[in-house]
Amino acid sequence: MLKYFVKRVVGIIPILIIVSVLIFLFVHMIPGDPARLVAGPDASYQDIELVREQLGLNESLPSQYFSFVGNIFQGDLGTSLKTKRPVFDELATRFMPTFWLSVWSMAWAVLIGLLIGVISATNRNNWKDYLGMFGAVSGISLPSFWLGLMLIQLFSVKLGWFPTGGLDSWKSYVLPSLTLGAGVAAVIARFTRSSLMDILKEDYVRTGRAKGLRERKIVWDHSLKNALIPVVTMTGLQFGFLLGGSIVIETVFSWPGLGRLLIDSVSFRDYPVIQACMLLFALEFILINLVVDLLYGVMNPQIKYE
Amino acid sequence: MVGQPEPAVPKNDPKGPRVDVKDEKKKVKTPFSEFWKKFKKQRLALFAGIFIVLLLILAAIGPYITPYGSEEFDYDNILVGPSLAHWAGTDAYGRDIFSRIIAGTRISLFVGLCSVLLGATAGTILGLISGFYGKWLDSLIMRMCDVMFAFPGILLAIGIIAVLGPGLGNVIIAVSIFSVPIFARIVRSTTLAVKATLFVEATRSLGATNRRLIWKHIFPGTTSSIIVYFTMRIGTAILIAASLSFLGLGAQPPTPEWGAMLSSGRDYLNTAPHVTFFPGMAIFVTVLAFNLLGDGLRDALDPKIKD
Repeated sequence: MLKYFVKRVVGIIPILIIVSVLIFLFVHMIPGDPARLVAGPDASYQDIELVREQLGLNESLPSQYFSFVGNIFQGDLGTSLKTKRPVFDELATRFMPTFWLSVWSMAWAVLIGLLIGVISATNRNNWKDYLGMFGAVSGISLPSFWLGLMLIQLFSVKLGWFPTGGLDSWKSYVLPSLTLGAGVAAVIARFTRSSLMDILKEDYVRTGRAKGLRERKIVWDHSLKNALIPVVTMTGLQFGFLLGGSIVIETVFSWPGLGRLLIDSVSFRDYPVIQACMLLFALEFILINLVVDLLYGVMNPQIKYE
Repeated sequence: MVGQPEPAVPKNDPKGPRVDVKDEKKKVKTPFSEFWKKFKKQRLALFAGIFIVLLLILAAIGPYITPYGSEEFDYDNILVGPSLAHWAGTDAYGRDIFSRIIAGTRISLFVGLCSVLLGATAGTILGLISGFYGKWLDSLIMRMCDVMFAFPGILLAIGIIAVLGPGLGNVIIAVSIFSVPIFARIVRSTTLAVKATLFVEATRSLGATNRRLIWKHIFPGTTSSIIVYFTMRIGTAILIAASLSFLGLGAQPPTPEWGAMLSSGRDYLNTAPHVTFFPGMAIFVTVLAFNLLGDGLRDALDPKIKD
């Protein structure tokens, strides 16, 4: 068990290194001179050279990379070109709203997704199954930004139940998290259905039925636990989908999170902020997957006793 | 995740036992007839396939049959709701939304097909190399995929757009790069499965070159999973391209791209919701058709492939 944990934790180190190299190189891949970009369009030659010196752009690429990583560990992510504030301060207030939005979306997506998946698997090939699965494939095909706008139109504009955007109270979470979770709920429903259907074919399920256990006990107590093992891995991957989706949803709902900051920064070409946002999103995703992998190890007895 | 595909064994061997011509029609099972037998039972997928063919025709001839031009301004009819004259209403410039949606079919299908074609080609080649040659090449390619997967969902595409700049052409590049690792992984795992089969070993012992082994024997074994994912990824690609345009990073107004049209309707959500409703519906129905077709193909070609 410990060996599995150590292997997983060590395994992400090379990915972290390559991701950081890529994000570091990001600024160097942009056509044009980064020093000129930072100095602004009207800067004189001396100003540009000064900025180049300040940013350490005269040094070799490897030494630039090491100071980039060193600065990250000290919480120094550079200065925003747009607001001239440290990027760290810009991100600090933005991180939690995005985090909580994705957590709430995931929470209800898991709940609804599991429920639809179990109902579909236990009512195979009747109208409940067809309805659930048609709903799920529709959920995957829905453009989230459109769903969000339609929910705003219905529940905010017409009915006035929830705010149209921003983050003021718990009510602000309802529409964005519903929108963001819809696609994930659909994927979880499809995956749970196929996983549970495989398990329901197992011999021990037949044994359970033969000895007269109630169907409800067979499904919920005996089968679902085993069916959930692949679902957990899938859910971890879907967290990435959520994080990516939050970028779009935050724009729809004027959410004060990382995603909207990223989009605003792309339009303003605010490269230090783009770099930091990408780093944070990637880091969050890698860490969530690590947690899911560890959870998988705890859940799956085959790994536990290896 | 990907199961062992059935190797394409020719069943109508000309040297085999002679069958009466009449019987032959009933008995001979080509891989395609097997597939068709299973596929035509999937009514929903069949329907989706027909719908996609209609969409392709619409993309080709659409602009010639629309009631209005996609750039035809009519300032007397601004933000008018759906009516007989304007089936989907008009936008803030009085342009007919229905005509613009039809004009946009071409753009969305082109972006979706192009980007997945590019991504699938690159991913398939990488996957074949990775699975066939193994060793350090395999580790290198798979680590590259891991790194690309570390940028969740649309983030990688946004990063690429940030480097290349906004625009529809760059969206195609971004979405195709985004599709590469998925195909590389799927093709790699299928390649590993096919490589381990007896017929590949036999061919190798007959002295087939590596190139011949890969293209003549292993690649055909991976096609069924490639076809399934290809179809499903087109739906995803259309969604992502529309999202990028919605965010202002893809097609720019006045291009009649569905995501961009939807985005321009946001300001009139209170007074004219139809401006956002219809383009979104077009995206939804198109992506749904590709996903349903993908589901049907999966069930007919290889039921072991999961989502």
